[in-house]
Amino acid sequence: MPDFNSLGLPKPTAQTRVVVAMSGGVDSSVTAGILAQQGYDVVGFTMQLYDHGSATSSSKSCCAGQDIYDAKRVADTLKIPHYVLDYESTFQKDVIEKFADSYVAGETPIPCVLCNQTVKFRDLLKAARDIGGDCLATGHYAQRVMGEGGAQLHRAADPDRDQSYFLFATTKTQLDYLRFPLGGMLKPEARAIARKLGIAVADKPDSQDICFVPTGSYTDIVQKLRPEAMQSGDFVHVDGRVLGQHKGVINYTVGQRRGLGLGGEVEPLYVVRIDAANRRVVVGFKEDVLRDAFKLTGINWLGAGETIPADGFRAHVKLRNTQTPIAATVLPADVHGAANVVLDTPAEAVTPGQACVFYEGERVLGGGWIARDDAKAFVPHNMRKTHAKVAAEV
Amino acid sequence: MTQPPFIYLDYNATGPVCAEAKAGMTAAFDPPGNPSSIHRAGRAARAIIEDAREAVASMVGAKPTDVIFTGGGTEANALALLGIARAMGCKATLCSGVEHSSVIANMTDVDSFLPVDRNGILDIVALERRLKELPAPVLVSVMLANNETGVLQPIADIARLVHAAKGYIHCDTIQAPGRMAFTLPELGVDALSLSAHKFGGPKGVGALVLRNGVRVAPLFEGGGQEKSRRSGTENVIGIAGMGAAAKAVPKVLADTHRLLALRDGVEAQIVQLVPGAVIHGKGVARLPNTICISVAGVPSQTQVIGLDLAGVCVSTGSACSSGKVSLSHVLKAMGVPDEQTASAIRVSLGLETTEQDMNTFLAAYVPIVTGDSATSKMRS
Repeated sequence: MPDFNSLGLPKPTAQTRVVVAMSGGVDSSVTAGILAQQGYDVVGFTMQLYDHGSATSSSKSCCAGQDIYDAKRVADTLKIPHYVLDYESTFQKDVIEKFADSYVAGETPIPCVLCNQTVKFRDLLKAARDIGGDCLATGHYAQRVMGEGGAQLHRAADPDRDQSYFLFATTKTQLDYLRFPLGGMLKPEARAIARKLGIAVADKPDSQDICFVPTGSYTDIVQKLRPEAMQSGDFVHVDGRVLGQHKGVINYTVGQRRGLGLGGEVEPLYVVRIDAANRRVVVGFKEDVLRDAFKLTGINWLGAGETIPADGFRAHVKLRNTQTPIAATVLPADVHGAANVVLDTPAEAVTPGQACVFYEGERVLGGGWIARDDAKAFVPHNMRKTHAKVAAEV
Repeated sequence: MTQPPFIYLDYNATGPVCAEAKAGMTAAFDPPGNPSSIHRAGRAARAIIEDAREAVASMVGAKPTDVIFTGGGTEANALALLGIARAMGCKATLCSGVEHSSVIANMTDVDSFLPVDRNGILDIVALERRLKELPAPVLVSVMLANNETGVLQPIADIARLVHAAKGYIHCDTIQAPGRMAFTLPELGVDALSLSAHKFGGPKGVGALVLRNGVRVAPLFEGGGQEKSRRSGTENVIGIAGMGAAAKAVPKVLADTHRLLALRDGVEAQIVQLVPGAVIHGKGVARLPNTICISVAGVPSQTQVIGLDLAGVCVSTGSACSSGKVSLSHVLKAMGVPDEQTASAIRVSLGLETTEQDMNTFLAAYVPIVTGDSATSKMRS
């Protein structure tokens, strides 16, 4: 039996080809740097996801944003081969269109998870295999731990940086091929390594916005693709009263309090539910938004066995990335790929379109998408960040 | 980490600067003068440019006075399409659907594009019809040799049609020098574009060559250099390199039969070894150095990356400056299905290409497109 290298593969480092998904940011640059320094056969891949010229509404250009050039410069510094892969059409179809559809349906999507699920861990991963890569490494803050049943997904060592929430949809097969070398590291360590390696992006700020919404206005993109989502409709109180007119369902998120323009009630009003089909935004008081049971679709299971145990399981669940996990029971639903979640204590942050991720201690057991529920509504808490920014934390 | 030696098979993108061009440029470093200056230093610089102008004119059978040096092939094409149209009062511009993007980008509307057949050769009947429909004079631009497939156009026939309709014909001959013999009078065109680095010269210098009597309006105003057709202090060193490379073209031309044999050999082996492989433009007149192959299945960029990692440089035909790859508009215009186009690569040979290089290419290429890359890597 040969020795295993630091990536858990039975080969000498020099004969192990590692493809690194390089975004041009500090984390993936450091990932490439560490692996190159360890002597791996590192190949950098950067995805061209959208036409940067048209996204920033300058004239249509052939080419890429600054991040791609940053990634190239880092690869030059590290003396590793680097390639740009064009995924514009699939990103448009699988991420941007779905993002718009989700808003139109009254949900609050997480495009970064969609991107991980499709473009990154399906297409990029296949390209990595096609060029003889032994694994695909990314700069995500999460840990891949080998257990009895194979690779497991765990939280990052740095709780402030943990991105495991955004990786819940990674399949077991994908996880087997993936590596997250930064998962055990603290962010300041990564920046220190970047400086030591002479990587030009060492002091580049972390990205905050959704990558394809450089102006920070996601409504512009949705409006362009799905103008119907901008049609105005009624603000309806949970007690049935029409309180006024809203500016189109895409401008609201379940749980939103600010910017509703509704006054005259005894307590502050929150968005409780978005009834996109009838163009209604339902509002209510804080107690109207509490919720203790909801349904999930699109389950990805990372625990033991093929799928969620038939008699359910206990876990702590996160309903958004920044949330403290809540104790819950998860039960399989009748429909394939669906589940029901019952929280021990009601939560305010149950937003359709967001993910519900199952944790067992540090380990991620999988998760699913919070489904719309047209019976009773619920609201996330008064968010410090906009939902767009929460969605972009990946 | 030192770069391992690699095999370069992307001569249609650019090639090594030839020894003659290096010598010519080295000599041009020393004279300090501005070619427009009256004094002896200026005259020395001027002489370098005029020597180069004679060499370039002679390469394409034109008069030196009709050679305008530009900042490369793209500028030469833009100068032709915008400048001739303005100076000669052209009412419309037309081009084939397989032109280089530097020509396509200067077309004003979607009706400007003329269809081609499945080999990429211009539909002469369609051209004739369009010329009848449009008010004269029309400016038509058709390339001599395609950069992606190497396929040649019947330029002399096209020129006769265009002239019969009182139009003007520009020909992008950028891929042709050193790969086929041609002259401006034989082609019968009003203007042709050249780019130095495609025939052993340096990058960033090119020329537009006119038929005597054809006028061109400048793209921008300035000091009035190049007979007021291209302002800006001349790129003396680059122009010296272009001139020296032009003088060396006959030597390169003498090598084409060797490249042709190499090309035909490797094409025959690919067809034999790779089921489903298509050589685009095979069976019609092509440049002797260009192979455009597709095998539906493995994306072009994966092939190019896999070959690069194996030390072989080839191209997808049309990559932009970021390295992003789009579907070839050339193959699309030829009616090649998208799934086939998505797997096309271009292999282009040159003076320094050896039989050993082609064997190395084949050994790397075949396992990639037959889906055997993982095992081949393990064996190696």
